[in-house]
Amino acid sequence: MNRIKQLFASKKNILSIYYTAGYPNTGDTIQIAEALEKSGADMLEIGFPYSDPVADGPVIQASSKKSLDQGMNLKLLFEQLKDLRTSVTIPVLLMGYVNPVLQFGVENFCKACAEVGVDGCIVPDLPMVEYEEFYKECFEEHNLSNVFLITPQTAEERIHKIDGLTNGFIYLLSSSATTGKNLEVGNTTEAYFSRIKNLNLKNPTMIGFGISDKQTFDKACSYANGAIIGTAFVKAIDNGNIEESVSEFMKKFKS
Amino acid sequence: MKYKVNEKGYYGDFGGAYIPEMLYPNVEELRQNYLRIIDDAGFQKEFHQLMKDYVGRPSPLYLANRLSERYGANIFLKREDLNHTGAHKINNTIGQILLAEKLGKKRIIAETGAGQHGVATATVCALRNLECVIYMGEVDIERQAPNVARMKMLGAKVVPASSGSKTLKDATNEAMRDWINNPVDTHYIIGSVVGPHPYPDMVAIFQSIISEETKKQLMAQTGSDQPDYVLACVGGGSNAMGMFYHFMDDENVKLIAVEAAGKGVSSGFSAATTYLGKEGVLHGSRSILMQTPDGQVVEPHSVSAGLDYPGIGPQHAHLFKTGRGKYVSITDEESLDAGLLLTQLEGIIPAIESAHALAYLEKMEFKGGENVVVCLSGRGDKDLDTYIKYFKL
Repeated sequence: MNRIKQLFASKKNILSIYYTAGYPNTGDTIQIAEALEKSGADMLEIGFPYSDPVADGPVIQASSKKSLDQGMNLKLLFEQLKDLRTSVTIPVLLMGYVNPVLQFGVENFCKACAEVGVDGCIVPDLPMVEYEEFYKECFEEHNLSNVFLITPQTAEERIHKIDGLTNGFIYLLSSSATTGKNLEVGNTTEAYFSRIKNLNLKNPTMIGFGISDKQTFDKACSYANGAIIGTAFVKAIDNGNIEESVSEFMKKFKS
Repeated sequence: MKYKVNEKGYYGDFGGAYIPEMLYPNVEELRQNYLRIIDDAGFQKEFHQLMKDYVGRPSPLYLANRLSERYGANIFLKREDLNHTGAHKINNTIGQILLAEKLGKKRIIAETGAGQHGVATATVCALRNLECVIYMGEVDIERQAPNVARMKMLGAKVVPASSGSKTLKDATNEAMRDWINNPVDTHYIIGSVVGPHPYPDMVAIFQSIISEETKKQLMAQTGSDQPDYVLACVGGGSNAMGMFYHFMDDENVKLIAVEAAGKGVSSGFSAATTYLGKEGVLHGSRSILMQTPDGQVVEPHSVSAGLDYPGIGPQHAHLFKTGRGKYVSITDEESLDAGLLLTQLEGIIPAIESAHALAYLEKMEFKGGENVVVCLSGRGDKDLDTYIKYFKL
């Protein structure tokens, strides 16, 4: 059983944090992971940057660009993560777009993930059919979870198909939006969250996009196993002092 | 049929729909409906009526005598520059706006490079009374000011794309983000044969009217519908795909696609995708694109905004890889010189995009008497500033 499954089996109200590798500075990747675990994060999603992040809003576009300009790439990221498991025990996923993975080589990518102790991946522009045909075997061989997204517009039949193909958790988008939009839980969003909850999927769900404070986090947790915070965290660490800004940020989510 | 899309949305190794889940419902809706809608007799009637009465089709196939004399071959120009709005782009926007109406969409978005596709989209939105938002790179807004003014006058909102190189690639990213954020009532009119399946096929079908007419016109003018060569410029590749479409299965017709070499293929300022690129995924499809070894998309360069794109459509990638098409490149200077040459020999000022295709005639060797069709995809009014500066007119 990998760390993701263990986490969901043992804990509720899971707080997962996304951040861009190599941002604000190239060497910060590991330090941020350690600081987040220390401050109570349950799971990490480390973004590997891409030049054309179509699913991202301005904040993550900017962090990706800065990270790339400073020289980040997958090879360097795996070097940085070499000793990840000597100091970080919580589950870690890599999140990014498919083209860098293709150029790195799918096999090499999965192998490198397994070697450094990465537990899963989120690749938003990798379609289900491609995953099934060309990636699944390799992911499973290296004990990697692959996480798919669903939106309020995803048809029920497709949700079940995604559930069948997932081994980890399902990423529930609060609305169809690029990253960084605020979560406004109106009646339609609540109806959607309830609808998903009542499908009794085999995989746990995490709500993402637009979670920025304790109130939105708690709201999300009432419908899912936890929530993912990205943009709000990336914004909070752009000033340089990692240790301090991480612990300040995480305080907001402690009851 | 071996160069057409298969049931999985692929052309050989290229194509597919590499899109985030947020775009899936819209793209899937299109995929399930586009052929049914396009093949409908009522749709066809309306499309062809507008092509004739509004766009001014068929566009002439003109035997350019002085140009033919210079090269020692019969050079025919397919005059897409004479279409309403001045380029081939309107063929696709008419088709897609009718399709968007059938799907019940209320709002239209599009990306544009040179502004030709933006103008063509704003035009059909005015015609059909639909809201129109055009994404355009900041750099292009500056170098294509007359087209920006046209779009605004037509009632479109022009939104500057200020990320990345601030050109066509970034405008496309912004349009995709808009579509993600407006998942229900919006249709995205992609302007080239790029994007997730079914866009490359759909745009190719609407543009295929170019080669459909050309075949009939050649038959009438030369007694054969099989020329020796067909040439067109390629950015994303929509005019080229329209020009090649009905010739793809005529294996004796040589297809030549002309990319923009910019300041030279090895200068670091180029958009010669097949020469500089590798296989990968950009804007929703697997194709050939200019990228770093790490898979980051490289900023292209071309004097022509319409060719300033780091990828090519997946069908072009397939024609390139199979050898069915010959992909070559022409520099900024060569294209500008060819533009002036056509102006002075034939009295036609071509778009700098189209001038790339014309420039390749200089590099071809003819035995004499070959029939050569060049797609004159657009007119050069929008490029006067560039021509004036370069030739110090």
